[in-house]
Amino acid sequence: MRSLRAFLRRLTGMLPKQQREQNLADEIDSHLQLHIDDNLRSGMAPEEARREAILKLGGIESTKQAYRDQTTLPFLETLLQDLRFALRQSRRSPGFTCTAILMLTLGVAASVAIFAFVDAALIKPLPYQDPARLVEVTESVKMFPRANFSYQDYVDWKRMNKVFSVMDVYTGTGYLLNTPSGTEPVAATRISDGFFRTLGIKPILGRDFYSGEDQPGAANTVIIPYTTWQRRYGGRQDVIGQKVILSGVPSTIIGVLPQEFQFAPRGAAEFWATLHELNSCEKRRSCHNLVGIGRLKDGVTVQAALANTQAIAKQLEIQYPGSNRDQGASVLPLSEAIVGDVRPILLVLLAGAGLLLLIACVNVCSLLLVRAESRRREVAVRGALGASPTRLVRQFITESILLVATGSIVGLALAYGAMRVLLQLLSKDMLIRMPYLRDLGLNLHVLLFACAISLLAVVLFSLAPIVRLPLHTMRDGLAEGSRGTAGTLWQRFGANLVIVELATAVVLLVGAGLLGKSFYRLLHVDLGFQPDHLAALQIAVPDLAYPKDEQNVALARQIVSRTSALPGIQSAAIASRLPVSGNGSTDWIRFVGRPYGGQHNEVNSREVSSSYFTTLQARLLRGRYFTDDEDQSKPNVAIISQSLAQLYFPGEDPIGKTYGDTELTPKSIRQIIGVVEYLREGALDATTWPTEYVPFNQGPDTYYNLIVRTSQAEQTILPTLGATIHQIDPGIGTTGETTMTAAINDSQSAYLHRSSAWLVGGFAALALLLGVVGLYGVIAYSVSQRTREIGVRMALGAQRSSVYQLILKEAGWLTAFGILAGLLCSIAAATLMRKLLFGTEAWDLSILTAVAFVLALSALVASFIPAKRAASVNPIEALRAE
Amino acid sequence: MGDKADVWQGTLALMVLKTIETIGPLHGYGIARRIEQTSGNILTLNYGTLYPALLKLEQEGSIASEWGTSENNRKAKFYKLTRTGRKQLEREARNWEQTTAILARFLAPVDGPA
Repeated sequence: MRSLRAFLRRLTGMLPKQQREQNLADEIDSHLQLHIDDNLRSGMAPEEARREAILKLGGIESTKQAYRDQTTLPFLETLLQDLRFALRQSRRSPGFTCTAILMLTLGVAASVAIFAFVDAALIKPLPYQDPARLVEVTESVKMFPRANFSYQDYVDWKRMNKVFSVMDVYTGTGYLLNTPSGTEPVAATRISDGFFRTLGIKPILGRDFYSGEDQPGAANTVIIPYTTWQRRYGGRQDVIGQKVILSGVPSTIIGVLPQEFQFAPRGAAEFWATLHELNSCEKRRSCHNLVGIGRLKDGVTVQAALANTQAIAKQLEIQYPGSNRDQGASVLPLSEAIVGDVRPILLVLLAGAGLLLLIACVNVCSLLLVRAESRRREVAVRGALGASPTRLVRQFITESILLVATGSIVGLALAYGAMRVLLQLLSKDMLIRMPYLRDLGLNLHVLLFACAISLLAVVLFSLAPIVRLPLHTMRDGLAEGSRGTAGTLWQRFGANLVIVELATAVVLLVGAGLLGKSFYRLLHVDLGFQPDHLAALQIAVPDLAYPKDEQNVALARQIVSRTSALPGIQSAAIASRLPVSGNGSTDWIRFVGRPYGGQHNEVNSREVSSSYFTTLQARLLRGRYFTDDEDQSKPNVAIISQSLAQLYFPGEDPIGKTYGDTELTPKSIRQIIGVVEYLREGALDATTWPTEYVPFNQGPDTYYNLIVRTSQAEQTILPTLGATIHQIDPGIGTTGETTMTAAINDSQSAYLHRSSAWLVGGFAALALLLGVVGLYGVIAYSVSQRTREIGVRMALGAQRSSVYQLILKEAGWLTAFGILAGLLCSIAAATLMRKLLFGTEAWDLSILTAVAFVLALSALVASFIPAKRAASVNPIEALRAE
Repeated sequence: MGDKADVWQGTLALMVLKTIETIGPLHGYGIARRIEQTSGNILTLNYGTLYPALLKLEQEGSIASEWGTSENNRKAKFYKLTRTGRKQLEREARNWEQTTAILARFLAPVDGPA
């Protein structure tokens, strides 16, 4: 308490202190006077009396200094002095200060903003109880390492496993919800009853599903997420117990999930129901539509869990050879399953931002070195006047702290802005798929990261000038002629730094080039159809109103004929899934008349209307298309993709061949009537699996896509499409109106490639700028140091052209080294990010050449300016200057 | 115990406080002389060290100062004990007595086998 009081008094002691100084002088004065009086009284001579008094005091000035040190806090005092001096210094060279702070700001902002994304996605644990023990559990097949579960396999795994304390499943579904504005299809999830308990999530209102609530015969109950509660029920407490009609079936709302609840794989789900009514797929062991999650028992590793589940899969394979042949197991940490696909891209972006920060730091460093050179004299003078080396070093540290602090604070503000902008750029769908980005911001992790890089920068910037300063050889610093040798030394050091900068810029440029080329390739892959002038819409037909297949066939026919008759629409078609939406929805087939050992002949299966291929403008290779009257009254037919034909009918004509399901059930047998050329059903960056197309009219569904080809701009037709369908039946739900080009451009693979190409491209552009500025700085400084030498050369008859040559040669060597080192590093770096490249090799020669050319050209421009200055040196003035 | 100056500072503060308590308000020079006299001139004080010590005590609120006139009519700054200072003195005196008593027992000649 007392010492705190003293500390505060000392802190205030730092305020202006003229009065205190006077007071102190008076007190010392009075002390001496009293002592002298005493001495005189004891008989000393006046001179002697004064001398003795001062001697006994121990010197007037040192007493005063000891007193002053006690008045204030000496450490803070000198710190303030240093700060004031540093501020004065930076005001004196605003160009240097602004450049350095700008570079730091850019570097800090880029790396902090990207780090915030990395933190939100990869570092922060998932918001569940003990998330490290949660795993995704699924079956696995050769084509699909993380395939879905079949319900019956899930039940067996749950019973047989010895590694999970709990295990649950979920599957996506959709309902038609009657709202005041019409029928609206909503996303929903069906789960086993323990799903939320496994995650460790408790409803904030109402209750969780009881154990057993997912069994047949249980009542229809749903749990709603917070957003649904707020948006559809106004956040009212009495929502619990209310009935909601989902696709015509009443359900009771029993719980509301917490606001912070998120589950990325089903981010858009508005209702969570149980699996208590198994659908037709879940009644078959061979139909896979569920994804499992499990909580590892204490001490069980993911590997052990995998081994156990693989053993179970083996056992089931023996028990059910018809359905479980080659069905393996996959166990992944849940975090890996959720963020695994964005990890490589985020790490590449973080590396890019880190390289940019490196260039910025190196640039500031070399600026500081140049300045340290011009401050040799100042430091030497201060040293000669008695400043201790510690004090001089502290001065430089204070200056770099000031620089870095300003750069970091501005950088943080800029980073915050950049994060908001980047989030804005994410489409709504992407955000739903990445709910962990919701609480992106300057949190503790991000601030710590910013502090860490700032601290590193401070250390770097303090060391750089200190290493180069004449702290111990002060006399050299004061001496006139010593500058030449120090200049050479610096040149060598600074030159090395510039090579690092140029090499880093090359790495970023090559990275950006490769990602850009990948993105270009991705957007120009062969789709097998004409994506322009295509618009699409998802349709959800109420099951209860259209329970029979014939009704659905009739409805689909009506939809196609009504929409294709609209002005501006050339043709309309129906497909169970849109092209380029991804592989999946597979069928397991067996060929008639061939030996069969239970192999996995798994193919994409698409139910399409007869107009599908003509609307898409796909290319028919053999046979014919479907006709509209090919429905359930006619023999089953199929059109296959070229890849299916090549895989299963090599060197054979597939037309007329027949296949069916694994049991060759008579009603599953269909005859191949046509082969279409490659049609991209899978994502842009994935190979499309072999695909079978079957007539929609032979296997109608209540959920499908309408695709129309327009003669006018396809965006303008979108509002009309939904309205036309609602004219047919207002009870039909429509959603996801989009144009085919927009759907392709917004698809996840296009999005990831685009964002990485643009961001790394931005970093690379900045890096190029900073690298070239760095080179310019080095050459310009070298020219200014060699003015005299150049003068002498010219006086001795050197031509201007040879001066150009002299300077450009120096710059040329640096650039050549930088580019060479950079190219080597970038091939290594590109090999590391091979996964992100599409249709582009890590050592893509055109990119490497282009980057080398761009950098060489920019370097030439940057060094031409100082070279020109060198060549225009007036020899007489240059010689006189010294 | 590595820092000798600290100990000296501590004891100097105690001496200063006790001197002011005994004599009453007193100026710096007077305090210095009185300390030397009380020590029987064994202690020779560097008078300059007294002033930072006085300032420290004042910052801690143990003493207060005021300009006044000395017995031989010189202007001087007089220090007097505050209530806090009195308590501090009591406490530190007690501590010091305890310390010396303990040390004395250690240093006393041993009376026969233990």
